[in-house]
Amino acid sequence: MTWTQEQPIVSLKDVHKSFGTVKVLRGVSLDVMKGEVICIIGPSGSGKSTLIRCINALNDIQSGSITVEGLEVNDAKLDKLALRKKVGMVFQQYNLFPHKTVLQNVMMAPIKVLRQNRNDVEKRARALIAKVRLEGKEGAYPGELSGGQQQRVAIARSLAMNPDVMLFDEVTAALDPETVKEVLTTIKDLAADGMTCILVTHEMGFAREIADCVYFTDRGVIVESGPPATFFDNAQDPRTQQFLSQIL
Amino acid sequence: MRTPPRPRGHMAVLHPMRIRADALPLAERMFNLWTLAALMLAFAAVLIAPAFAQGSAPARRGVIEILLEWTPTLAGGFGFNVLISILSMAIGTVLGVLLGVLQVSPLRPVRSIAWLVTQFFRNSPWLVLLFYCILLIPFQIEIFGTTIPFPGWIKAIIGLSLPVMAYMSEYMRGAILSIPTGQWESAESLGFTRSQIMTNVILPQTVKRVLPSWMNLYAVLTMATPLVSIIGVSDVMTLTRAALSAEGRVDLLIPMYLYILSWFFIYCYPISAVTRLLERKYSVNT
Repeated sequence: MTWTQEQPIVSLKDVHKSFGTVKVLRGVSLDVMKGEVICIIGPSGSGKSTLIRCINALNDIQSGSITVEGLEVNDAKLDKLALRKKVGMVFQQYNLFPHKTVLQNVMMAPIKVLRQNRNDVEKRARALIAKVRLEGKEGAYPGELSGGQQQRVAIARSLAMNPDVMLFDEVTAALDPETVKEVLTTIKDLAADGMTCILVTHEMGFAREIADCVYFTDRGVIVESGPPATFFDNAQDPRTQQFLSQIL
Repeated sequence: MRTPPRPRGHMAVLHPMRIRADALPLAERMFNLWTLAALMLAFAAVLIAPAFAQGSAPARRGVIEILLEWTPTLAGGFGFNVLISILSMAIGTVLGVLLGVLQVSPLRPVRSIAWLVTQFFRNSPWLVLLFYCILLIPFQIEIFGTTIPFPGWIKAIIGLSLPVMAYMSEYMRGAILSIPTGQWESAESLGFTRSQIMTNVILPQTVKRVLPSWMNLYAVLTMATPLVSIIGVSDVMTLTRAALSAEGRVDLLIPMYLYILSWFFIYCYPISAVTRLLERKYSVNT
C-alpha cells in the first residue's frame, strides 16, 4: 500500500495497550493529516504519553493498528529505522547526550544513522541551531544550558533527521514558566512551516492557539475531540467539562 | 479520639555536620608534611638502628649499604611487577568491558552466561586462579608449525587478568544500568541501533562513572602482584628472598621487606589519592 498526501499521515485504529494487567489504552483511534497540529490533553495516567510513544514504537501495542505514512507500526517485522526517519520525538526530560556539545548532539544521528556527509550535516546543524535561536551555543555542553535551551537543542537534534512528523511529549512540563515560552515559540515556528505536530501538553492556552484539533483522553480512551474553539468553549462530555473547569 | 501529644525530645533532629578527616582538602592531606616526616623518620630509624647495634663488628657491612647494593636488582624485579600489573589490567579491562556489556544483553542466555562467568571469577581467590592458569595452560602451543611458548609470567598475567575482568564486568554493568533510560529512548527515537547506542551514547558516559573504581582496582591488583612469586615468577618478592638468603643475615629481614613495602606504597598511594580526588569531583559535579 502506498501512501498519498490525501490520506492521514498518522492513523491509529482501535489501539489497545496494557502494562501487565493495567490497561492503559482501551481502543484509541485518531487520524492526523499532513501539516496538522494536534494536541492531546487529559489528566495524568490517562495514557497520553503512552499513546504518543506507541506512534514511534518506543512502546509496543497489544492490538489495533498504527500507521505512519502507510507504514504499519504494529508489525513484528517493522523496519524501525524507516519509521524513525519519518518520526521525530522530543521528551519531557530533554535527554540530550551530556558528553557531546550542542553541535555534536545535533550532528550525531545524521552522520551515524543516515551516513550523510559530515560537512553537509554540519552546515544543516548550524542552520537548525540558529533556527531554534541558539547561535553561539554550538560548543556548549548540555549541562551548561538552561532547561529551555536544552529543550530547544533537543528539538533541533530531532529536526536534523528531517522527520515528517514531530512528537512532543510534555516538553514544557519540566521547565519554569519563563522558559516555557521560548520552547513554545520554537514549536509555533515549526507548525507555521507546515510540520505535522502531535503534542501532549498541559499548556491549554498554547493548545487553543496552535492546535487544529484537540483530543481529550481519560482512562485510556478519547472522550472528546474537536477544533480548539468548540472544544474549549463548548465541551459536550461531562468529564471534559469537569477537567476543563479544574484547570481553566 | 485524639492522639496523645508527642513527647518532647523525640522528634527527628538534624545534627550539625561533623568535619571528618577525609573532608579536608585532598592536597592538604597528601602533602601533610608532618605525617610524611614522621613516616620517613620511622623508616630511617628501622634502617639505621640495626646498623648501630652492630656498629662494634667492623667486618659487617651496614644495612643501608646492603640495601643500596641490592637496589638495582630489586628495582628490576619491581619493574616486572609493574609490567605484570599493567598488562593484566589492560587485558582484564578489555575483557571486563565486553563481559559487562554482555551482562546487560537483551538476550537472556547471553546475559545468564556473562553473569555466571563474572560471578565465578569474582568469587574465586586470586591465588587459586593463578595456580589454575599455571597448571591448565600448556608450556607452549603449536599453531601452523610455529611454536608459541607460554612462560610462567605470561600465565601469571592471564591468571591475574581474570579477577580484574570479573570486577570490571560488575563495574560496567552497574555503570550502564545507572545511565538514565531517557538516553536509550532518545537515541532510539533518532534511529540508532542498540549497538550504536551502546558505543556512541552509553559507554562514553560510563567512563566517568567507572574511572575511580577502575583506578582503585589497579592499585589493588598491583599490590596483589607479589602472589606470582609463589608460582615461580621472578618478581620483586622472589628477588628479595634470594637477596636475603644470599646475605644470610637475620637483621636484614625487617629493613628489606620494609624497603619493598615502601616502594609499593610510593607507587600505589598517588593512585588511590587521585582516585579519591576523582570520586569527589564526580560526586559533586555529575
